[in-house]
Amino acid sequence: MTCTEFLALLDELIDDDVSAQMRSELQEHMQGCEHCEVTLSTTRKTIEIYRSHEVYELPDSVRERLHVAIIARCKHGC
Amino acid sequence: MATIQLQENEQHPDVALVASARSGDVQAFETLVNKYDRQIFRIAQHITQNREDAQDVVQDAFLKAYEKLDQFQGNSKFYTWLVRIAVNESLMRLRKRRTGKMVSIDDDIETEEGSVPRDLADWSPNPEQNYGQAELAEILRKTIQGLPHGFRIVFVLRDVDGLSTEETAETLGLSVPAVKSRLLRARLQLRERLSRYFRKKKAGEK
Repeated sequence: MTCTEFLALLDELIDDDVSAQMRSELQEHMQGCEHCEVTLSTTRKTIEIYRSHEVYELPDSVRERLHVAIIARCKHGC
Repeated sequence: MATIQLQENEQHPDVALVASARSGDVQAFETLVNKYDRQIFRIAQHITQNREDAQDVVQDAFLKAYEKLDQFQGNSKFYTWLVRIAVNESLMRLRKRRTGKMVSIDDDIETEEGSVPRDLADWSPNPEQNYGQAELAEILRKTIQGLPHGFRIVFVLRDVDGLSTEETAETLGLSVPAVKSRLLRARLQLRERLSRYFRKKKAGEK
């Protein structure tokens, strides 16, 4: 397996969408290729960081103001 | 009886809320607002890159959803239906800011950047711990803002929000292969850009 072939299946590997056979081929490639191993681990980490850290917080005061405005208009017909 | 019970258990909790809201129960709709406003704000902010616009989108998207509840088919999840409304509202806002220039989720995706990983240094273990919360949030914001918005929105829906590939495709009006190719590019571009901050420092580097 080449690095290009590995990269083409990177998402499937991350999303656990590969057959057992394919998984072992990918793993075999990684054992001999530090670059692909790093690409996989750092891409996984990238996703994990974005998933666990809110980039855009919506403050409670703003939420409340929006809720009041939305519900008032729903009650009186939008 | 057992079968009926099972079906009831399998029903998504939003289904009952939508049904109540449709029959005039505003409180049921408020529960839906409470449940999803943060996610809708996040999506709107990622597309518009403007706080006021994103807040307006939250308001407009929920109002539009309420108005159109009758048209909600129930064969898609309420949330993905709501996201679709919010994406359209966000793109409209963006268009207004750009003085009427057409804006679509296909903009700016003709880039080769990041399609091949270049920075192949490993990262420090738990690199996010080397930064304060505010500093880390700023790095994450700056990094994702640099992505073409056609990539950014796919990444946010699929990886941050947790929609499936099919739901993301349906929500954005894209094909499944298009979502897949954008997702890979988005992940790789983000990885490449974050590597500047998170790579292991060589000896002597600060």
